[in-house]
Amino acid sequence: MSTAMFGAPVRRHEDARLLTGAGRYLDDLGHRALAAAFVRSPHAHARVSDIDVTAAAEVDGVVAIFTYEDLTGRMAEPLPLLIPHPALHAPRTAYPLARGEVNHVGEPVVMVVARDRYLAEDAAARVVVSYDPLPAVVGLPAARSARHAVHPDVPDNVAAHLVQAVGEVDTAIAAAPHVLELDLEIERSASTPLEGKGVYARWNSDEGSLRVYTSTQASTSVRAAVAAKLGLPLVKVDCIAPDVGGGFGVKIVHPWPEEVLVAWAAQRLAALAPEGIKWTEDRWEHFVSSAHERGQLQHVRVGFDSDGRLLGLDVTIWHDNGAYTPYGIIVPIITSTQLLGPYKPGAYRCEFFSLYTNTVIVTPYRGAGRPQGVFAMERTMDAIADHLGLDRAEVRAVNFIAAEEMPYDQGLIFQDGRPLIYDSGDFAATLDKLKALVGWSDFQAYREQARAAGRRVGIGLACYVEGTGVGPYEGGHVQVETSGKVMVATGLTSQGQGHQTVLAQIVADELGVDFDDVEVTTGDTRRFGYAVGTFASRAAVMSGNAVALAARKVRQKALRIAGEALEADPSDLEIVSGVVRVKGAPASAIPLSTVAVLSNPLRYAFDEAAKAATQFAVGDTSKPPVAEDDEPGLEARDFYSPTQSTFANGMHAVIVETDPDTAEVRVLRYCVVHDCGPLINPMIVEGQVHGGVAQGVAGALYERMVYDDAGQLLNASFMDFLMPYASEIPTVEIDHLETPSPLNPLGIKGAGEAGVIPGSAVIASAIEDAEGFVIRRMPISPSELFELRASYAAGRVPGLRRTSGERTDPRTRPGHSPDNDSPDNDSPDKET
Amino acid sequence: MSGGRITALKPAPFGYSAPASLAEALAVLAEVGEHAKVLAGGQSLLPLLSMRLAAPRHLVDINRVPGLDRVEIVDGSVRVGALVRHTDLERHEGAAAAQPLLRQALRLVGHPTIRNRGTCVGSIAHADPAAELPGVLVVLGGRVEASTAWGSRQVPAAEFFLSPLETALRPGELATSVSFPVAGPRTGTAFVELSRRRGDYALVGVAAVVELAPDTSISSARVGLVSVGPTPLLVDLSEVLVGRPGGARELAAAAALALEHAEPEADIHASAQYRARLVEVLTTRALAQALANASHEEAA
Amino acid sequence: MRAQADDGLPAGPAAGEQTREVTLRVNGVGHRLRLPVRRLLSDALRHDLERTGTHVGCEHGVCGACTVLLEGRPVRSCLILAVSVDGQDITTVEGLAAPDGGLHPVQQAFRERHGLQCGFCTPGFLLTTVAFLRETPQPSEEQAREAISGNLCRCTGYQNILASVLRAAELSAGREEQA
Ligand SMILES: Cc1cc2nc3c(=O)[nH]c(=O)nc-3n(C[C@H](O)[C@H](O)[C@H](O)COP(=O)(O)OP(=O)(O)OC[C@H]3O[C@@H](n4cnc5c(N)ncnc54)[C@H](O)[C@@H]3O)c2cc1C
Ligand code: FES
Ligand code: FES
Repeated sequence: MSTAMFGAPVRRHEDARLLTGAGRYLDDLGHRALAAAFVRSPHAHARVSDIDVTAAAEVDGVVAIFTYEDLTGRMAEPLPLLIPHPALHAPRTAYPLARGEVNHVGEPVVMVVARDRYLAEDAAARVVVSYDPLPAVVGLPAARSARHAVHPDVPDNVAAHLVQAVGEVDTAIAAAPHVLELDLEIERSASTPLEGKGVYARWNSDEGSLRVYTSTQASTSVRAAVAAKLGLPLVKVDCIAPDVGGGFGVKIVHPWPEEVLVAWAAQRLAALAPEGIKWTEDRWEHFVSSAHERGQLQHVRVGFDSDGRLLGLDVTIWHDNGAYTPYGIIVPIITSTQLLGPYKPGAYRCEFFSLYTNTVIVTPYRGAGRPQGVFAMERTMDAIADHLGLDRAEVRAVNFIAAEEMPYDQGLIFQDGRPLIYDSGDFAATLDKLKALVGWSDFQAYREQARAAGRRVGIGLACYVEGTGVGPYEGGHVQVETSGKVMVATGLTSQGQGHQTVLAQIVADELGVDFDDVEVTTGDTRRFGYAVGTFASRAAVMSGNAVALAARKVRQKALRIAGEALEADPSDLEIVSGVVRVKGAPASAIPLSTVAVLSNPLRYAFDEAAKAATQFAVGDTSKPPVAEDDEPGLEARDFYSPTQSTFANGMHAVIVETDPDTAEVRVLRYCVVHDCGPLINPMIVEGQVHGGVAQGVAGALYERMVYDDAGQLLNASFMDFLMPYASEIPTVEIDHLETPSPLNPLGIKGAGEAGVIPGSAVIASAIEDAEGFVIRRMPISPSELFELRASYAAGRVPGLRRTSGERTDPRTRPGHSPDNDSPDNDSPDKET
Repeated sequence: MSGGRITALKPAPFGYSAPASLAEALAVLAEVGEHAKVLAGGQSLLPLLSMRLAAPRHLVDINRVPGLDRVEIVDGSVRVGALVRHTDLERHEGAAAAQPLLRQALRLVGHPTIRNRGTCVGSIAHADPAAELPGVLVVLGGRVEASTAWGSRQVPAAEFFLSPLETALRPGELATSVSFPVAGPRTGTAFVELSRRRGDYALVGVAAVVELAPDTSISSARVGLVSVGPTPLLVDLSEVLVGRPGGARELAAAAALALEHAEPEADIHASAQYRARLVEVLTTRALAQALANASHEEAA
Repeated sequence: MRAQADDGLPAGPAAGEQTREVTLRVNGVGHRLRLPVRRLLSDALRHDLERTGTHVGCEHGVCGACTVLLEGRPVRSCLILAVSVDGQDITTVEGLAAPDGGLHPVQQAFRERHGLQCGFCTPGFLLTTVAFLRETPQPSEEQAREAISGNLCRCTGYQNILASVLRAAELSAGREEQA
């Protein structure tokens, strides 16, 4: 579709408030609320033997102190397992407050409610908890060894085990002319939005109802979870996501212990807390008690032919899921399916083990398992290219699914429980664009030039496919008010993606009204009660199509009513700038505001507009004022529910420079080609890509979670968790391809996560190219690169064939020559 | 900041006074003595208070004390009062001309916003082994003026830093100023460091001072190393550099000597070996820059 | 659970905790109030004065979301005690727009160049930029990058923030010419 607003880089509606300090984030609400603070476990694994709150209760301003023993009803049960899966055979979730045992540093043990946060912290500091420490299981090797168990009834620490396979992978690899094996590792990072979590709940004693504000990506579901925990009817609970200062996945998890505890305490302490209770997560809490992601070990075995074509791909993944599995095993499922990217793998088998450790829980962080999968696949592509002495881009190209093969069924089950079928994409075209953008073919000349000046540079590339817009559904409500303003609501939430703008663009076009007359509300259950949430790059696809469908319904109704008023056939009418008029005869017109008035036959004339609509003013007296199949009001709601996800894709290339002396890595150029279908608002899409790339670079070069063996997180502050500043982030060069999705009315695909996905893969590819030895583990710091250089010099790390032709991999069999093109199947080149 | 266990991000209660004169400040300090902490810019103290890693019983806020915000060039030194913010000294043309190392180092202290509030004397009194200014004080052989209600004393740099976050200041003493000797003729300086992000504390930092003889051979050379020991380390490199022009091989020898004195340790950001390598690389770079600056001085 | 009735519920200092009467001069308006001496300036602005435009993202001085101007210079309000700045001039994001609501050129530039997504870091970037452009009205890209390199943003990847700073310089220059 091509209309005025869709596709335009429209300035955002949100900005007027956010630029002037008029935004309202969670902690901006409830100034007179009581404050909650938590006593959190200082141990990774321990039994709680005693809790003494006597001294804490004496702190002036303390209102209440709760431990597990105080929890009643369903509050005393474990938190829900949000996404069960048959393969998750040993799911475990936490109690809102620790019940006798703690399983990670930061787990909440005691809740203190006081007059303000300072006093609540004073009291929390005086709570005496006695712990009997237990052995901590930290890191995947410890979890796999199962010398100690996180949960005594899960002695092997395995929460889930899943195998998916297409074809006979062992046979295919056995028959392949070349075989390689790679061990790959990615460390933990986290979403780390600049605003932490937070919840503010107020019990209304007069109505017996609860209002919960929470910094979430899923307000409808928090509402349902809180209602269930408190045993309240759904209609007695409202849940509102106010302005949210970033989410990136961590705020999709719910209910957080604090969400149910604060709501529960607000009800319980209603008499003492007439203005409610608020908890605002501080940065330390965000590090130790929200969620992390990415930590995985991956083993790849691949068989391929002499053109680099994949014949069989066998991947085993060990996924660190932390102490509990409230969000199921979405992350490793996504890794194991999305790993395939734009390629046809031949036979494919993927097996994963999801393992418990005594660390913070693991739930999706932007990219959600894809960065690890892309790391596995793209490291493999590079290894194949190097093994065969082929161009890395060419090896990828021979494996691409062709545009003519769409839709393409990968034969697997995706995260939504539905078949993994790609709907669209032209990967060869994307690669061509990328090579042109980065200057792939000219790089050798640049490298020589740099080398002559004593500089070390390298180039890398990585490709990905991203399932976006996963179901089951989203809905939208569109209402034209008698003022002519169009009020739109959708249930999912916003964390900075500009939904209020993008959805207004769509509705403005569908309805024929001015963009500035459209006002969009997200994440407020008072306005829209049904929603799934904002994750998996689904908001624009799901709510975009839902509000488009709702707007189309409103349009139909407006044309019908206007047709009656203008005595014209609705099909002869158009709506332009909020006025319905006869095509070709614009003088014959009626504003939508008047249509809205006419749509609602009234008895009382409370204002001028209403006067025109009273039952005495309008209508055919022989008919009922509201027809049998009609409703008053110029409004409609509709839902969009696709049969499957839509698949966006993209390819990144980077040029890096590594300092020969200090091993610092600098990204000189970062190029992105991205296909998310037609762009609703290119300015916003590019902003999403920039932000994603920055997180990708951060995850590759700066950020990680450093746990010691005792399970203490050693870098739980912005001082030591190195979220990059502008000084560390490169400029991103972007080119777009717009292959529409055949799956939805607008043809769009999601864009929210794309930028981050290939970050570690593409940067590893470029560092490897610059250094001449293999990179198998990310992120990488200058210190680690320095150590790797030393290991390489000592022969402990294999070199690349293309840069150190004479040097053989120390682990390849004796007598094997890298120049020897003969099949080397009987003894795979095992790399580390 | 790593190491200790954070438990909150709001300070515990404390007593507070905001003296309006130096005499009053010293009197309050004398009274509350051991349990008190001086609050200057707060850029190191406030995070420690908020994380409850420090919980002094009393804070003596010196921000209202008049007369402490002066930069003076007296008796061959740049004397910097206790309320001179990093930004003030960084922008002070007289100070930059008298001792270029100050501006070279100050530009690397945190971010401009931190430097707008943090004080130079506070940086030194805080004695973080990774901080720049303590390295500068040590390499220049400056001194700290420590005052009490009963008088003041001068503590030479070499005796000031005892261990991480620990100095020769006694309970109840206020560091009223620090003095950095002005640069002599034909002297070049440089501060080179490597940090993970811009504005972070250095993984390794090197302050270099090189003096040339009239024949342009090196007449003295020394470096101050930060982040490779419990305190900033002073290494005199004269034995390998004096009388020489400072060619690549000589600088390498000097870097090796610097490394002999360093005590690099591993932390979550860098291995000990890597820090050791950085001592060599950054010492070489700092000396080369200082030499270039000295020759530039000479030419000017 | 231990609950204790509390008669003096409205937020206020705990008995026994030292408080102090101060004047916070925010955006040209003086506010006289009694505060616990440990109150951080960021909290005093946000919760005592209910000016919530100043955000906190870390409360240990690293993110810059809490940046305000103190006597015209950007500082971290989470690293300053409110009682320390008695009587001094503080500018927050609420003080940038003109009294008629017209956006400051820096705000205007951030809107034009999509310099914000979730908006949480934005007040800190705006105030940092305002002060920076006052001293460096025609910055190079490198200078602009350095100027914003003490503030964290998780959403934008900084590219459009940088573009906004440069655009703000243009807009400010334009205004000067008109004036
Ligand atoms: C994000 C961030 C990054 C930073 N990066 C760096 C960096 O790269 N390099 C660096 O060097 N610093 C860095 N700092 C710290 C900063 O430089 C501090 O300002 C400085 O270390 C302390 O100065 P201050 O005036 O703020 O002291 P305060 O924080 O007020 O005090 C620090 C300590 O010194 C004592 N003290 C202060 N003044 C006196 C005095 N006159 N007499 C006696 N005792 C006194 C205090 O009691 C306290 O124990 C950073 C800080 C932050 C928040
Ligand atoms: S909140 Fe003050 S710097 Fe982060
Ligand atoms: S816009 Fe969200 S943190 Fe910057």
